[in-house]
Amino acid sequence: MTEQIVVVGGGTGGAVLANDLADRLGPQIDAGEVAVTLVNDGPDHVYKPVWLYVPFGQREPEDGRRRLRELVDDRVTVRVDRVTDIDTDAKQVRYHEAPVPIDYDHLVLATGSTLAPEEIPGLEAGGHNYYSESGAEALREELLSFTEGHVVLSVVGTPHMCPAAPLEFVLMADDWFRQRGLRDDVEITYTYPIMRVHGNEQIAEWARPILDSRDIRIETMFNAESVDPDEGTLTSMEGTTLDYDALVAIPPHTGSDLIADAGLGEGGWVDVDPHTLEATSHEGVYALGDAAAVGVPKAGSAAHYQANVVGQRIASEVRGRTPTATYDGKTLCFVETGMDAATFVEFDYDNPPEPVRPSQQLHWAKLAYNKSYWLTARGLL
Amino acid sequence: MSETDIEPAKTVDARGSACPGPLMDLIGAVRSAESGAVVRLLSDNERSLTDVPEWVDETDNDLLATEEGDDHHAFYVEKA
Repeated sequence: MTEQIVVVGGGTGGAVLANDLADRLGPQIDAGEVAVTLVNDGPDHVYKPVWLYVPFGQREPEDGRRRLRELVDDRVTVRVDRVTDIDTDAKQVRYHEAPVPIDYDHLVLATGSTLAPEEIPGLEAGGHNYYSESGAEALREELLSFTEGHVVLSVVGTPHMCPAAPLEFVLMADDWFRQRGLRDDVEITYTYPIMRVHGNEQIAEWARPILDSRDIRIETMFNAESVDPDEGTLTSMEGTTLDYDALVAIPPHTGSDLIADAGLGEGGWVDVDPHTLEATSHEGVYALGDAAAVGVPKAGSAAHYQANVVGQRIASEVRGRTPTATYDGKTLCFVETGMDAATFVEFDYDNPPEPVRPSQQLHWAKLAYNKSYWLTARGLL
Repeated sequence: MSETDIEPAKTVDARGSACPGPLMDLIGAVRSAESGAVVRLLSDNERSLTDVPEWVDETDNDLLATEEGDDHHAFYVEKA
């Protein structure tokens, strides 16, 4: 019998893992002993960090899209389909386009995050975002015609993808409006749900004076509850109402319904052991990237490092050995601090982030990595 | 650690969470909880001992109990 490995989701975690498995288990796949299937609900792999640059006209959405088939090793079967049901007792998945359930021996859920702006009344009609292709393009059009008024960036959803991106956006917007000679007529406000400007203490302490020096207004303890698109107002649970001319929101996020339906975790996030990334409720199931409920950012670098761990563990299991690879929480982020400067943080479960002094070199490093990301997706970098 | 017999509707295990951190994890869970439900936060971040009460004070929610431990702390927050 061929041992079946099914990876659900062709984002960063799923693509890196599929290539990692093809690399580790190539001879077994060639011999027909192992099969790796990567299921994605569309033909493309999407690199979401590109979207941060779209509103400022620096990148196009298509810069973040490639055919999954071109990125993944030929020994992996890429199936463009949706998984509609997971039966962890029978160890089967059901595909939308298949008449009968398919058996698996090893299942990996890399189903990512989905935006849920509908959870906040008025947000879909009244708010922009750069957490989707269409959102980033619509925001670009808004900013191109925006010459005066109040831009409010509000972190509404938590957890959300890329925890640094809201800070990056306001710092880039500040720089972008200054360079265009419009900043005196554009007010920028940043709202955050807790009493600091970022959930992580070290990043908050680093960012606060930078925001102050750039005349970016700060509203902390602001948990947006509703938006009135007609009035142009955003109201928080804490009772504060802000007037806006352009609202840029980080919408609430949810995971996949599949996960809750299968009893693997709430909200679409899989409860996993933070080191082994194995589902705590069922054997033979791993989760990684945004789908895994661990205390690290929903960020590509975390998914990348987790994929290498899961790949090594599954390869050990296939070989009948005890898996020993573990994830230590490693995450790495470049953080833009304007249109031509960035900082860098690296941290794990035991060591908090310590942002370094922003520089143009780090900005170039971020842009260079974004260009070379496709090597990561291919499992080469 | 003083033990409590409060039965949480949901537990958020934020041990090891560096970014965006335990408080953000807690807020997300409380937002999605039903009114009257208790959310338990597990955190090994010492800052949570001040962060959580400070946040709860600013909301209508209640901090029912805090269990301080050597390895981690537990916070029981009831949603208003």
